[in-house]
Amino acid sequence: MRVSVQETPFDLGRESAEFAAGRSDMGAVVTFTGIVRDLPDDPLEAMEIEHYPGMTEAALHDIASQAMARFSLGDALVIHRYGRLAPGEMIMMVATAAPHRNDAFAGASFLMDYLKSRAPFWKREITAQGAAWVAAKSEDEDALARW
Amino acid sequence: MDVLYFAWVRERIGLPRERVETQAATVADLVTELRAREDRYDLAFSDLAALRVAVDQKLTDFDASLEGAREVAFFPPMTGG
Repeated sequence: MRVSVQETPFDLGRESAEFAAGRSDMGAVVTFTGIVRDLPDDPLEAMEIEHYPGMTEAALHDIASQAMARFSLGDALVIHRYGRLAPGEMIMMVATAAPHRNDAFAGASFLMDYLKSRAPFWKREITAQGAAWVAAKSEDEDALARW
Repeated sequence: MDVLYFAWVRERIGLPRERVETQAATVADLVTELRAREDRYDLAFSDLAALRVAVDQKLTDFDASLEGAREVAFFPPMTGG
């Protein structure tokens, strides 16, 4: 299991390939990547991501440990960036490995649901109109209820 | 103890962290003390439903005890992922 909170970009191909390599007991690997999405009506200049150093790493380790135990994962990877990102840049990725696909998919989904509202990151969108903090969505909070 | 502020809470209060000498027993008591300081604190803490709190880097609620706490952080609901 690995957690990385970093300002620098990551190489999705390399991270995915290294994660999937050398585990003959794991029949399924799922990866999810989050990308800075442009706004159709108000073009995005940048997204700024603030975080809580120390707590962020601890929260991600905790969430990943829960996913490992709950879905019997063989391995899990969480990479999450902070700082200023341009539209189209990769914000974060998760990867899960399990003997079978259902656990790998469910584990990745669980990780994403908890990352959304239990990891201390805050997004701010910067457009020509100014800067605005992204409000948390009630459906993101509701999504935790299914676990 | 150290009190930290993130995102729009940091912007409204105007600083990311400060050292606070307090005898507050709970997070709610600390909030009451901070609100009494100045308008910018009062404004930042005017709607507790819009805030989250962590004590020593663990999410908790406003009823939580501050006994032995070294660090309290206030911030809006998180938007990771």
